[in-house]
Amino acid sequence: MPLLDFIRYHQHLTGTKAGCNEGDCGACTILIGDLHNGELRYRSFTSCLTPLGNARGKHIVTIEGVSMPSLNPIQQALIDNSATQCGFCTPGFVMSLAGFCLSRQVPKRRRAIAAIDGNICRCTGYKSIEKTASIIANFVKQRNETDPVTFAVEQQILPSWFSGIEERLKKLTLSLNGEPAAAGTPIVGGGTDLYVQKPEDIREQSLRFFFDDPSLKGISRQGNKCIFGASSTATDLLESAVMQEYFPQLENYIKLVSSTPIRNMATIAGNFINASPIGDLTIFFLALDTTLEFNTGRILPLRQLYKGYKQLNKTEEEYVCRCWFELPDKDTLFHFEKVSKRTHLDIASVNTAICIRMQDGYISKARISAGGLNPVPGLLTDTAAFLEGQIPDDALVQQACAIAQKEISPISDARGTADYKRLLLEQLIKAHFITLFPSLPIQV
Amino acid sequence: MKNIDAKTHVSGTSVYLDDIPLIQGTLYGAALGSPVAHGVLHQLQLEEALREPDVIRIFTAADIPGDNQIGGIIKDEPLLASDHVHFCGMPIAFVVARTREAARAAVKKIKADITPLPVITDPREAQAQNQLIMPPRTFSQGDTEQAWRECAHVFAGAVDINGQEHLYIETQGAYVVPQENNSLRVYSSTQGPTAVQRTVSTTLGQPMHRIEVVVTRLGGGFGGKEDQANTWAALCALAAWHLGKPVKYALHRMEDMAMTGKRHPYMADYKIGLDSSLNIIAYEVTFFQNAGAAADLSPGVLSRTLFHCTNSYYIPNVHATAWSCRTHLPPNTAFRGFGGPQGMFVIEAAIAHAARVLQIDAAVIQQKNLIKTGDEFPYGQIAQSEAGACWQKAATLYDATGWKQAVDAFNATHRLQKKGLAFMPVCFGISFTNTMMNHARSLVHVYTDGSVCISTGAVEMGQGVNTKILQVAAQIFSIRADRVKLNPTNTINIANTSPSAASATADLNGKATLMACNAILERLKEVAATALDTKADAVTIVNEQVLVNREPTGWDWQQLVSAAFTKRVSLSEHAHYATPEIHFDTVKEKGHPFAYHVYGTAILEVTVDCLRGIYKMDAVKVVHDFGSSMNPDIDRGQIEGGIVQGIGWMTMEEVIFDKEGRLRSNALSTYKVPDIYAVPEEIVIDALRSTADNLAIFRSKAVGEPPLMYGIGAWFALRNAILQFNPEADIPFITPMTPEKVLMALYSNKEKGIIQQHEATTSHLGIDQ
Repeated sequence: MPLLDFIRYHQHLTGTKAGCNEGDCGACTILIGDLHNGELRYRSFTSCLTPLGNARGKHIVTIEGVSMPSLNPIQQALIDNSATQCGFCTPGFVMSLAGFCLSRQVPKRRRAIAAIDGNICRCTGYKSIEKTASIIANFVKQRNETDPVTFAVEQQILPSWFSGIEERLKKLTLSLNGEPAAAGTPIVGGGTDLYVQKPEDIREQSLRFFFDDPSLKGISRQGNKCIFGASSTATDLLESAVMQEYFPQLENYIKLVSSTPIRNMATIAGNFINASPIGDLTIFFLALDTTLEFNTGRILPLRQLYKGYKQLNKTEEEYVCRCWFELPDKDTLFHFEKVSKRTHLDIASVNTAICIRMQDGYISKARISAGGLNPVPGLLTDTAAFLEGQIPDDALVQQACAIAQKEISPISDARGTADYKRLLLEQLIKAHFITLFPSLPIQV
Repeated sequence: MKNIDAKTHVSGTSVYLDDIPLIQGTLYGAALGSPVAHGVLHQLQLEEALREPDVIRIFTAADIPGDNQIGGIIKDEPLLASDHVHFCGMPIAFVVARTREAARAAVKKIKADITPLPVITDPREAQAQNQLIMPPRTFSQGDTEQAWRECAHVFAGAVDINGQEHLYIETQGAYVVPQENNSLRVYSSTQGPTAVQRTVSTTLGQPMHRIEVVVTRLGGGFGGKEDQANTWAALCALAAWHLGKPVKYALHRMEDMAMTGKRHPYMADYKIGLDSSLNIIAYEVTFFQNAGAAADLSPGVLSRTLFHCTNSYYIPNVHATAWSCRTHLPPNTAFRGFGGPQGMFVIEAAIAHAARVLQIDAAVIQQKNLIKTGDEFPYGQIAQSEAGACWQKAATLYDATGWKQAVDAFNATHRLQKKGLAFMPVCFGISFTNTMMNHARSLVHVYTDGSVCISTGAVEMGQGVNTKILQVAAQIFSIRADRVKLNPTNTINIANTSPSAASATADLNGKATLMACNAILERLKEVAATALDTKADAVTIVNEQVLVNREPTGWDWQQLVSAAFTKRVSLSEHAHYATPEIHFDTVKEKGHPFAYHVYGTAILEVTVDCLRGIYKMDAVKVVHDFGSSMNPDIDRGQIEGGIVQGIGWMTMEEVIFDKEGRLRSNALSTYKVPDIYAVPEEIVIDALRSTADNLAIFRSKAVGEPPLMYGIGAWFALRNAILQFNPEADIPFITPMTPEKVLMALYSNKEKGIIQQHEATTSHLGIDQ
């Protein structure tokens, strides 16, 4: 059962709204608090896609849980700025902004905006909501080094009983006795795809919840490799010190991938295994030649995972435990591009990543991944092979674009016509080179 | 004053349909929509579905005790299909079960034997086959045939305008609870409580007095719940009637998107003629409205297209014909602007076409032809125009000349980024175009403690109408706002209402409230005059104090009310308001249909990433004819929201049906509305404060629909930016201008660019699958 149904129809807490049932509107946003390395951490989730099983041992906060007899500063700022009209999306915005107030990141306006990037409002046109977000960001700046929960309680952003949650969670965690689920039971990570694709089928089914398995978490550096657990989320990736160090543009890339609550929920391995032809993280990690390790000990390069549309080189019992890739050195250039109908919180028309190694002005090694163009996400191997050993210039890029056209077989669908996707890939390959070699005069 | 619902909204305690506490024994419904867009329905196999656990009963057309008919303007739409299906998603059967999940599971087990028939999705094809909702209508003035000969320039072309999904965040739904004496209480998420009442009454064959419709508020409507809330109420009522149990159905998003109609797609042919001074002297246009499978509100929408086919311009010779074409899409319906936006897009396209060929800025033609006070609209009404004033103020206030220079400078120095500017003037008539609908009633009670409650036919859906009505009462009585409360809209309190639509709800219901409050106030003054030994016209109430000849008397509001009650004076009033002056002759297609017009001018700037085809909205700067706003906070919100919704319609919102009439953009993952990153970086709104007397409540001109049409400028700003990159670009007048359309246009007709726009692949109705 999705957490939303439990909240609304079992607990009769009707402040959390059902809008789209696929994580795309944010009306059902709630906060989930858990202990992360012994420290209390809150993140926003769309409850329509959150498996009830992922609530185990957690603190679930709904709009009722942040409302007090007098309005909290978020609620007051929304009213002051006339940022609520029909009101149906409003509880979701309140929760996302509460999540921002509880987050440990340095409070900035753009982060307050990012916190509500998964919330759709059809009435206001958002300008009044932007103003509210700015006010909240300024408000939280007063926090300085104070612990977010302490600050939120002191400032009456949250009810006072929040101060006791960390202790209560610790006790709760201790009293849990997890039993191993039977083999063959379907696996759920964040639930962000499964609950969109087949919510009815899995409603009454027993499931294995891997989202919180500590052995599947963590992103770290070992030598020149980055190793990450299969249940690491897109947000974990964004917040990882290793990733930030080696991918200075990471925030810009990840901003193009779904929305804050979905990034909080969606696991990286889930993106791989979902086998969508346009999985953003899959495209990202394909270009990095990522390697997968299954629970059976088998090792498999990501590029060999896909046998055909939604067909995987993997047995039913195998699941990904961890993944690794070689971190880019100073001669390695990486870039990610994605275009969709709506720039944010949308599925790509075409996405692509490039990773090239330069040696004495020559391309010594190249990998280009591309999605939305073939039944499976994959590498443009001929294009990459053509680039190797060459000096990048306009003619080379134009020829590479022509070769890439032979490696793809796009179809027309709701994300664009085949002609459009062909042209778009060409443009995005040029965008790779224009970004990585700003001085090259590349004809568009 | 802030929206009176704001506090419950932000604390999550506002009650919407799905939040109403359930009565024990409530059952849940789910509708089976036709999987085929057109066909003969032979039979339904229900056995397997009936065997599902918790299923109570499945209702079909045969179970309808009254007329199987929900058509409002034209009786052409069954509640449940009986022999033919006319669109994908057309309700065929209604399952009722003990749980939501069981009802939905059972729907999937029903098998419908349908022989498919040919499907039409294109309005031009429907028109060619004489598949019409009604005979065509023509508005004309002057003599275009004669005028063509006087034109120095004549341009003709075609336009293809896509629809728009309402995407109210609260889906449609109803909850029907049986009452004693064969009555039903219907909770509905509807803009038209009377329409729901009438539909339930018709389909059950019961008098209207047995049907009570209650609406507290909507989580968004935008026109989508003006007529199309009827179906779900009627289905739940049908089941509740037979079973004697409460029945509820709150639609799943995908059901809502697949089964309900949207803004009408239109195709159009235009021909525009200008003289050598760039005066538009002739305009001919033929509209092909894609009505979908039934009339719904299409005739009304069609009329507003004709009313607004010349937008803010005066054109002496006009010939405009509109065809309402029957296709196999869900019946298209009201959507903010109600056909006006489509009419305006076409004239703007015609002007842009002329400007491009003449190599001048479209703004030159636009400004030159703005309608002036005393000019006649093609439908006979004489303009009281603020068009020129809005344009002038916008051009001055926002330094249009300097702005254009800055854009030109940017374009000269950026190879892969180009900016585009566009002006978008708007003129929108206020009143239901169907004159008989322009009336409303208000019931005002003053209780003995001085508190006031008000019932009207207005439905609160975020537009703040209840706040404005409250302001009317507080102002007339001169009492504190917290003494006044608005009741949920209920057909028992207020009968025979028009829907909350046409931007006229605050005007109509506000005026009725004004009349009711004034009537009570007059009686109270009489009471005070008698007690204080003076004349009634010497008595005033200011800030709750009773004054005689502006001097305090020691009496306050509460004391006055108490005294009136003691004297057995009525403290209640039910007032009726009907808009004066308006009339329209549908034979001559001439008259004075609008109480007044709202004007405005927007200037929009966009930046196109010419490498990727993506774009951003830099700024929208508006001068809007507010009249004298009653509530600037609410009105600003309406304008900003309208602009962004209009930009969404023009840019990213793409309704995609395949050739079989199946909706492909059937979820929020495939139908994109603006998110917080998609909105203009800057929206500036300035008020043109016109003080001329008008028929608006407290001279505060209506603000619901007109701002949406500022968004049309986004399309033309994008077009202008594309032309900066590729002066030869092929940019057909097709909406929306998605990143795909932009990229294809940027590289159209270029040497290496393979790309030409092909109608077959770019039309929203013709994608390959």
